Amino acid sequence: MGINLKNATFEGWRRDNGRMGVRNHVLILPVDDISNAAAEGVARNIQGTLAIPHAYGRLQFGADLDLHFRTIIGTGCNPNVAAVVVIGIEPGWAGKVAEGIAKTGKPVEFFAIEQNGDIATIANASRAAYRMVKYATALRKTRAPLVDLWVSTKCGESDTTSGLGSCPTVGNSFDKLWENGNTLVFGETTELTGGEHLVAARCRTPEIRAQFMAMFDRYQAVVEANKTSDLSESQPTKGNIEGGLTTIEEKALGNIQKIGRKCTVDGVLDKAEEPTHPGLWFMDSSSAAAEMVTLCAASGFAVHTFPTGQGNVVGNPILPVIKLTANPRTQRTMSEHIDVDVTGLLQKRMNMDEAGEALIDCIIRTADGQHTAAEILGHREFSLTRLYESA
Amino acid sequence: MTVHFCVHDEGDSVGVVVVEGVKAGQTLNGWIMDQDRMIEFPARSDIPIGHKVAIRQIAKGDTIIKYGVDIGRAVADIGAGEHLHVHNVKTKRW
Repeated sequence: MGINLKNATFEGWRRDNGRMGVRNHVLILPVDDISNAAAEGVARNIQGTLAIPHAYGRLQFGADLDLHFRTIIGTGCNPNVAAVVVIGIEPGWAGKVAEGIAKTGKPVEFFAIEQNGDIATIANASRAAYRMVKYATALRKTRAPLVDLWVSTKCGESDTTSGLGSCPTVGNSFDKLWENGNTLVFGETTELTGGEHLVAARCRTPEIRAQFMAMFDRYQAVVEANKTSDLSESQPTKGNIEGGLTTIEEKALGNIQKIGRKCTVDGVLDKAEEPTHPGLWFMDSSSAAAEMVTLCAASGFAVHTFPTGQGNVVGNPILPVIKLTANPRTQRTMSEHIDVDVTGLLQKRMNMDEAGEALIDCIIRTADGQHTAAEILGHREFSLTRLYESA
Repeated sequence: MTVHFCVHDEGDSVGVVVVEGVKAGQTLNGWIMDQDRMIEFPARSDIPIGHKVAIRQIAKGDTIIKYGVDIGRAVADIGAGEHLHVHNVKTKRW
């Protein structure tokens, strides 16, 4: 192949815990929905910070609350984040989030609104944010081997061209990155329906296979318990159907192309869990784009690859999302959303190795600092997964 | 030569139209990707880009094969060259 991955490098920020980041955000992180206004107030005051408002964090309990903390803390821990200001309505949970993030060694401070009010909280948190921007902008980039880059994948608004072109392109690049020793993840549990046997066959050990099938079967039971139809228009989506996908099985077989032909599934993760060794991981997750990408960010991934057919426009506040398409109509009508054009695959103008290399080239350019379409267009979807109702 | 539709594997029941504006009666160039072989096939329906064309005769109740794998069942007879989608094929799951 053209790209020698063993010698490939990128420039990013080496964090205190050893992880490499490719962005250097100072994050203003609300613990709960009612702290969004204060977080956004700080971000308006202090240039170079980023607030990530969200809809949840109150009266959650049990596994759903555990997931909330894991996602919020994981987002703060992500190596694309240099420092974090945490704001919550009260100090208990805000402190717990800050304590979780502090384990990475990065600067983190927390503020609570009760007994202070929004205005004093914004003033105090703004001073902390000011110091963090001074800190973060003094950090120097360092060069690292490509193997230090964690790469995630999830596709969206898929159509039949996804399975023909853009998903196999990710698969080709994942085969190359996996052989290189990179840390990789895919997920979308229900979107493997009809092809779950193919994923199971790729699991490296019988134990991993059993863990994968338990996660798959659990999610199927959720669908069976709650469905009111065959899920048509939800999974596959209206957009998938417009794009020519007819059944969940067909959609799944296209989706699975993203794990290539050589990679083995080397482990499974619960939502927002961090991998503990290199290889390809399966994360039990929603197939909704913003939710899944948010979980990848919370698991510590630094660059995301996102094949699309009909043109999903998703981005993430801290995880650069690289879009690729093989659909010539999508490339013609919404090219500003596409980072890698692989339409040539379907006209034999490009082969799969060339497409995979073009994607790896874009991954490295993105890691080096080039902004993705989604970053340039301001897509910062931060969507937390919920497991059930609040108390 | 323009590729009008792609077939993943020669055992598949369907191809995917990869150009805009395919009309009934048009002769289509098809690329069978796994075997890297070209075929010619007449369209019997107008078929939008991304949608599937049946490349063999399919009877109601038949299993539809794509990627060499079961993707659902026909709920109507489908003639070779016709548009195959949610109006004549349904999932076997859920």
